[in-house]
Amino acid sequence: MSGAAASGGLELEVTGASKRFGTNQALDDVSIKVRKGSVHALLGENGAGKSTLVKCVMGFYQADSGRVAIDGTEVEIVNPRDAHALGLGMVYQHFTLVPNMTVAENLVLARAHLPAVVDWRKETAELGRFLETMPFKVPLDATVAHLAAGEKQKCEILKQLYLRRRLLILDEPTSVLTPGEADEVLGMLRGLAQSGALTILMITHKFREVLAFTDEVTVLRRGKLAGSGEPRKLGADAMARMMIGSQTIPPPAARSGKSGDIRLEIDGIEALNDVGEPAVKGLTLTVRGGEIVGIAGVSGNGQRQLVEVLAGQRDHTAGQIVVHGDVFGATRTEMRRHHMAALPEEPLRSAAVGKMSVEDNMALRVFDQPPFASWGWWLHRAPVRRAAEKLIDRYRVRTNGPGAAIATLSGGNVQRAVLARELGSDVDVLIAANPCFGLDFAAVADIRGQIMQTRNRGAAVLLVSEDLDEILELADRIVVMSGGKIVYETPASGADLTAIGKHMAGH
Amino acid sequence: MSEAIGWWGVPLAVFGGAVRVSTPFLFVSLGECITERSGRINLGLEGTLVMGAMSGYAVSYTTGSPWLGVIAAGAVGVLMGLAHGLICSLDRVNDIAVGIALMLFGIGLAFYLGKPFIQPAAPQLPSIDFGWWSDIPQVRAALKINALFLVGVALAPFLLWTFKNTRWGLILRTVGENAEAARALGYAIIPTRVIATCVGGFLGGIGGSFLSLYYPGSWNERLSSGQGITAVALVIFARWNPMLCFYASLLFGGAGALGPSLQSVGVTQGYYLFNAAPYVLTLLIMILTCSPKRTLIGAPGELSITR
Repeated sequence: MSGAAASGGLELEVTGASKRFGTNQALDDVSIKVRKGSVHALLGENGAGKSTLVKCVMGFYQADSGRVAIDGTEVEIVNPRDAHALGLGMVYQHFTLVPNMTVAENLVLARAHLPAVVDWRKETAELGRFLETMPFKVPLDATVAHLAAGEKQKCEILKQLYLRRRLLILDEPTSVLTPGEADEVLGMLRGLAQSGALTILMITHKFREVLAFTDEVTVLRRGKLAGSGEPRKLGADAMARMMIGSQTIPPPAARSGKSGDIRLEIDGIEALNDVGEPAVKGLTLTVRGGEIVGIAGVSGNGQRQLVEVLAGQRDHTAGQIVVHGDVFGATRTEMRRHHMAALPEEPLRSAAVGKMSVEDNMALRVFDQPPFASWGWWLHRAPVRRAAEKLIDRYRVRTNGPGAAIATLSGGNVQRAVLARELGSDVDVLIAANPCFGLDFAAVADIRGQIMQTRNRGAAVLLVSEDLDEILELADRIVVMSGGKIVYETPASGADLTAIGKHMAGH
Repeated sequence: MSEAIGWWGVPLAVFGGAVRVSTPFLFVSLGECITERSGRINLGLEGTLVMGAMSGYAVSYTTGSPWLGVIAAGAVGVLMGLAHGLICSLDRVNDIAVGIALMLFGIGLAFYLGKPFIQPAAPQLPSIDFGWWSDIPQVRAALKINALFLVGVALAPFLLWTFKNTRWGLILRTVGENAEAARALGYAIIPTRVIATCVGGFLGGIGGSFLSLYYPGSWNERLSSGQGITAVALVIFARWNPMLCFYASLLFGGAGALGPSLQSVGVTQGYYLFNAAPYVLTLLIMILTCSPKRTLIGAPGELSITR
């Protein structure tokens, strides 16, 4: 604890770090220097080694080679406790708060020396005094599971400050926040760094945040150091080139054709979440053919439940869905008749069977139809394989053949395989939820292009996304979902970002 | 004399029965509650219960001290818990499957080792007479309360307090709710779970010793009739809350006492049907409280059958 008893930001220097997982060289001779009291961005695509690097620093992994120095002194960090004792703290992309505990319990739990018996009256008083010195507040006796994403993120950061960390590593700290919340949190962190109390290393892929809030940037590509410098001198273009190297990214797909008749009508839909509380509260929305309607919103406002209702994965408790003028019950027959397609989020979990082969996964919607089956039960393998080979080729799915289990594919390729199944035949209505989450630049451009082409062919597309940039790029019309309802609607051309952000935050 | 209070005998006998029959439920469910709060399910507690009953009886018979028997039963429970905890800590081992294996192992081993103890009578656990003020024998019978039950009654609120107010309780809950968070905080996950399973086994073994050392009070091969498994289900019904485990145990104990107490006032029709009351109750409760659309409130986040 002697390290943490002192105060002020720390300097971190990593030299020549390498780490190999099996045959994959995740980190290859990477060096990075984070100056005292600075905000340093670590930029790179998925799989570039950013997380591996910081996890080596935090002691989750042991680097195969390389050195870590804090304030110029070489240190050995074998586990997270060592890192904590040195004053290093990390805020993870996925919340590490315990959901069924209160904020106060979570804060006290994080302390290095938890007393054998906790005196809650004393602890609560102390926490209250600590919160008074902080730029933002969270309710101490609230259960974490009931907090909004932004509050949880604040709580994570507060936890680190409560523990008097002197170097904070943040893994995509704004991925679940509204633009307004993101600015507030990052502004506050930058203020703390500038006051000299803290050094910050932040993993991100948002150029806007790098340019606005950081002093220095280090870019990784495929495990190697691709460049570093001052973001405002480099500019967004140079940073993007460092990130993606020589790959070419196709330009955004052009928008063509006009919107037609109403295809999908969602009329007063209500649905419950997994604990039986209302999540979608009387949502009404129509989507026309040849139109992309983008639903923006912070995660946890009922989007997941809405998509599940539309995809037939959850029952609704009130209202109705009308497709092509017919009441739609999300059965297999109805989906086939109306040419419905769905790209739910986390496709490996919710739209594919991981241990089944790519070809079987691609045939899930049609395997009992001719020509893949006779009499609805006698299956023919050869046409299934031929159809899969065609789709794999057309959608450039990288796999060890159609017989490989789909879980062995990378995230982007699972997404492409599911996309191929859903968009491979005629589509009249497409439901897509966070279709590009966690994918690299090339895959993102590819998948967005496919969605745009589907729209251009005259399909009605409902796009649910937490990525506002994605919605702004693709949608013809934008609605904001908050608290299970549509709270704002605007045409995409000339949309007011501030108004969207305000409504996302529930104002 | 038994006619003197007539039908009042039924609730009185149900109460007395509830206290008597609920004790093993109480101990096993509190033990399982601790284990499940750490993120693991130990179905082996049925085997632990039977092993505890056998070893408790055997030690009481050979040493002449029933309390030594209780301690021995607890120690055997710790060993069974340790086996479950350590095996489940290996990679790709499923806690449910290991639990079922240990359940069968425990029952089989108890039958094998317990053969010599079926006939002799071992010294029994004492009970405390809370009905000294009454002349009515049914009241006195109902208020004869076993010392072990009182230990269990004190244990339930103590556990609730422990979960909330102690270092160990907070770590246990963190490990059971979110192992990733526990890892990030630097708490050791596997040791916590192994210890929690051992403590659970300790209580399960003690629950078993009650069966052979107080009620029914002898060692035979049909002693448990699935009470260990019922107690595991009871934890789910009780939403992983020790106090609710206590009330649920009383409820199940009362249901178990319904048949015998009706028989005591002369209702003999449907005796076996009434004896099935606890099992019918288990089924009913599971149907009423579980839903495919909702996750259970209070369920530790790390509990799963797919690990």
